[in-house]
Amino acid sequence: MILEARDLTVRFGGVSALAGVSFQVAPGTVTSLIGPNGAGKTTAFNVITGFQRPTQGTVRHDGETITGWRAHRIAARGLVRTFQKTSVFGGLTVRENVLTGLHLRGRVGVAAALLARARVRAEEERLAGEADRVIDFVGLGARRDELASGLSYGDQRLLELAVALAAGPRLLLLDEPASGMTASEKATVAGLIGRIREQGVTVFLVEHDMRLVMGISDRVLVLNYGRLIADGDPAAVQRDPEVVRAYLGSGAHAHA
Amino acid sequence: MRAVALLLGLAAAATAPFWVWNPYHLHTLIMAGIFAVLALSLNLLLGYTGQLSLGHAAFFGIGAYATALLTVKLEWSPWIGLLAAVVLPGLAGWVIGRLALKLRGAYFVLLTISFAGCVSLVSVNWMDLTNGPLGLPGVPALEIALPGLPSLSLRTKVAFYYVVLVAVVLAYLVCLALIRSRVGRALVALRENETLAASVGIDGTHYLVLAAVVSAAMAGFGGGLYAHYTRFVSPEVFLFTYTVTMVIMVVAGGKGTLAGPVVGAVLFTVLPEALRAATSWQWQMLLYGILLVAVLFFMPQGIVPALRQLGSGVRRRASAS
Repeated sequence: MILEARDLTVRFGGVSALAGVSFQVAPGTVTSLIGPNGAGKTTAFNVITGFQRPTQGTVRHDGETITGWRAHRIAARGLVRTFQKTSVFGGLTVRENVLTGLHLRGRVGVAAALLARARVRAEEERLAGEADRVIDFVGLGARRDELASGLSYGDQRLLELAVALAAGPRLLLLDEPASGMTASEKATVAGLIGRIREQGVTVFLVEHDMRLVMGISDRVLVLNYGRLIADGDPAAVQRDPEVVRAYLGSGAHAHA
Repeated sequence: MRAVALLLGLAAAATAPFWVWNPYHLHTLIMAGIFAVLALSLNLLLGYTGQLSLGHAAFFGIGAYATALLTVKLEWSPWIGLLAAVVLPGLAGWVIGRLALKLRGAYFVLLTISFAGCVSLVSVNWMDLTNGPLGLPGVPALEIALPGLPSLSLRTKVAFYYVVLVAVVLAYLVCLALIRSRVGRALVALRENETLAASVGIDGTHYLVLAAVVSAAMAGFGGGLYAHYTRFVSPEVFLFTYTVTMVIMVVAGGKGTLAGPVVGAVLFTVLPEALRAATSWQWQMLLYGILLVAVLFFMPQGIVPALRQLGSGVRRRASAS
């Protein structure tokens, strides 16, 4: 398994954001994590990517336990995430953003930067080429030299995706990549996720847009109040009475 | 445009001793050069990683004391002293960077202030080592002694001016080389969004430590030059005023730009002297303050970014017509 969470528990004081959640993500799939607001989806992402220490439980990547590792080390293993709240390097251009995302593909350190300028030039040239490819992939080619803070909301979200892709993920964790987007922007994102998966990258997705989730996911996990209440293919999850209850409240009848 | 400005600046700097006759004016230029090294060093932290060190005078002072102690007490060569003035503050920078770990913003500022306070107290109170407030007189001048040639003393102002000029160019090149590489981008990522930086594999603490080491070593180098120029080191080198002056130079010149600290250093070393000559002492500091506020009001990003914007505006208008 590319990702294996076992018995994940995160308590903030008396509140359990996650209460013993276990699941697996199979390589080469698109797996979605859904659930009502406050169900613990982002907390799960934070724990997996090293931004939050679990109170209990383990996270394994390719069989190795990575629980409690610092975020940059987890990223270096190929577990790269995006953030629910749009997160770019605002003061930099699109190009500089992606170049920064390419950090792990470079090798130059201080000594080389000061003494081996030829090596730096060669590396910069290589990274510039890779940056251009990533920028074109998400379709921001025309915005290359614009400041990230000046981009439209939709373009900022695409840039966010580009920065994450630049880091060379093997497992890409996307936290609501389509929230707040127009229908056509959402279609663009869905198309991109499909192409990312075709390139052999496993995708783990938190998303509220059910049409998007059901359209692209191989598997869907449902969280509610910090517990996993369903796990299966999209059609089965949609029929699950407990899922319907979680979304619509206990008084509702299942008409799915 | 920028190339022309750079060439003119370099030409003016290289020929200064030939048209600046007054030794006091030359002294002012030498101090401007030493401050340019200090401002460049502070800019690495403040301008690129976004962390403000308000203890930078400590690294400057440690550099000055390192070479003064080695050359006065042990009578070592001033060149080895200068090397120590780079290495020891660099080590101090490493300690500060490690201590900072996850401290950012105001907490980082407090850490650096406390550090500077400690070092300053040591310099005053460790009488046996530092002579306390009396300071260390008799720091030797720099000297170039090549085998087979008569040794060349760099004790004159003109000679030392060129030493400082080389130092400024060197410090500038070090900053340039770092910034135009993957390392520089990591430093900027720290300033722009450390969380996002971590998510793409950039170890914020590692790069903050690195910036602190290079920055402290460079400030120490400035301190070493200062010691061999004034030939006297006392606890005054730890004065908070030095740190504040560096911050003014970086912020007014343009933090996060390479030319900004140099422009700021020259301007804010020459300006007080020019005001002293033009007005009485009552007006000098008042005018200095007013000018500083005016610069920051009209050019909040600093002088260099403002000029750059002006330049690109002129070019756009020229290409439109």
